Amino acid sequence: MTLYLVVFKSLRQHALSTVVTALSIALAGGLMMSVWAIKDQSDATFTGVNAGFDAVLGARGSRLQLVLNAIFNLETSPGNLAWSDFLDIQQNPNVELAVPIAVGDNYYGFRIVGTTPDLFGKSEYAPGKKFSLEPGGTWFDPLRREAVVGSFAARKMHLKPGDTFHPYHGLIFNEKDQHSETYVVVGVLKPTNTPADQVIWIPLAGIQHMSGHDPKFATDVSAVLVKLKADSPLAGFQMDMMYNRQGNRLTFAWPIGAVMAELFDKISWFDRVLTLVAYLVAIVAAASILASIYNSMNERRREIAILRTLGARRITIFTAVVLEATSISALGMFIGFGVYFAIFVVVADIIRAQTGVVLNPFKFNAIMLWAPAAFIVLGALAGIVPAIKAYRVDVAQGLAPVT
Amino acid sequence: MALLEISQLKKAFITPDGRRHMVINMNRFTLAEEVQVALQGESGSGKTTLLNLIAGLLKPDAGSITIAGQAMSALSEPQRDRLRATTIGYIFQAFNLLQGYTCLENVLLGMSFGPGADQPLAEMLLNRVGLGKYLGHYPRQLSVGQQQRVAVARALANKPKLVLADEPTGNLDRQNALKSLALIRETCRENGAALLLVSHDREILSQFQQVRAFEQINQIPKGEVGL
Repeated sequence: MTLYLVVFKSLRQHALSTVVTALSIALAGGLMMSVWAIKDQSDATFTGVNAGFDAVLGARGSRLQLVLNAIFNLETSPGNLAWSDFLDIQQNPNVELAVPIAVGDNYYGFRIVGTTPDLFGKSEYAPGKKFSLEPGGTWFDPLRREAVVGSFAARKMHLKPGDTFHPYHGLIFNEKDQHSETYVVVGVLKPTNTPADQVIWIPLAGIQHMSGHDPKFATDVSAVLVKLKADSPLAGFQMDMMYNRQGNRLTFAWPIGAVMAELFDKISWFDRVLTLVAYLVAIVAAASILASIYNSMNERRREIAILRTLGARRITIFTAVVLEATSISALGMFIGFGVYFAIFVVVADIIRAQTGVVLNPFKFNAIMLWAPAAFIVLGALAGIVPAIKAYRVDVAQGLAPVT
Repeated sequence: MALLEISQLKKAFITPDGRRHMVINMNRFTLAEEVQVALQGESGSGKTTLLNLIAGLLKPDAGSITIAGQAMSALSEPQRDRLRATTIGYIFQAFNLLQGYTCLENVLLGMSFGPGADQPLAEMLLNRVGLGKYLGHYPRQLSVGQQQRVAVARALANKPKLVLADEPTGNLDRQNALKSLALIRETCRENGAALLLVSHDREILSQFQQVRAFEQINQIPKGEVGL
């Protein structure tokens, strides 16, 4: 009890340095936890997101570009493929579902994607989950200029059933590139927390025949989303062989998760840099604990000497200083959870706005246990040096009158 | 048996220029239980060093100090800490109150390292020195005389057998000094504690029946300089 009183009093007496040091720990701990948690969660989420499909068929080119374009609505399309290619893969006995998509237009930066009603009627965006509409909406008629809007895009653009809009040409918004066609919003998708929330969905023919698009490619599609039959475990290998190795015209990106994993492999150096930064910040934070307590030792000499006169043992003083450093770390990590949450929410918001993928700051990650534990141990270790100084305080000198 | 026995005690310090200065050279000194003795000596004569040696805060170069039958030199440092926490109360000229602690906490802390915190006793002691209304006050919120009284209560908190007082009235005006001294003496008597007080103030010393000249019991050989 006495020890805790001594520690508490010391923390309160040095409240400013306690708070500043705890904040530096909070920043370091929060940064480390958020970097790790966001990395882990985005790794798992992006490699897990497949919009309910196993593969993407597209023009010859990068598999990653194909997946980013067709699944995550990022990047440009690597090119078109003919309608006959879509029919070929649709009729492949190993394919359960093939859904064509066409891209090339936007509405204030939100991508407009042409597709068939099969996407909403037959596919599942996640296991057991089919697209559904907010009350009052209907699916688009493939023969009319109608649109179904993803939840995020609808919220941002304030679109609701009955609203009309003009698409803009290209994937990047330019107000000069407005198409003349008018589309009517007929439905808004319920949130799926997938990239589909960012998209304005219209009939495939809408993109293919949009004014200003080259009529030569009016039957082409940008990509085909492919779901393989579950009872054909080798289908993916066979089609990978057929399209990627034996053929030279198309690219079959399969499996989607593995393609995304390649991306994360490619940017793993960035993770390492962030991790290194977090470690460095942790070391600096620990050093700040050491420095703040160590520097206050001269002013504490008298107090330590008085405690010793009252019968406190050297080991008691040593323990109190180590406990004080540990408490600063613990306080810092407590605040660190707030920093973690703030960083996570901001980054998750950016990721959601860019990709539609939702990251959850409340999802448990082991870093939330071991980072606080590591910081508390680090704090205790940082307290050892000033504790040794406190241990060695000469009582008689410490009590000498101050002149 | 004497409460305090000092025999052949020697203590010297090495000055920054490397010279050895003997401060304590005491053949024999004793103090019986519940007795109050004043040591008269000029500033810098080594009185504080003697009290620090008795309290076990300094180690002597030679000789022995026995308190309540326990030889200091035979004790390890933690044992000396324990003896100090349970047997000795210390009152300083500068009071040495812990500024971040309330009056009550200062007194409780005086007990914590010894017999253990006893809040009713701490409150009783503060009441006894007239500070019952100031339990939650911090030292900076008290007058100098009140701070001295907190120091007295703290020194008695561990029910010591021996109270060491180092110029305890040095920071007080004449009237408060005499009042404070009376309080120290009374409370020591009430608690059955012996008192060893060092001072150079003749008026303070005149209050004691037993006054010893420090230079007589602490004989520094010629050529040595007392610090």
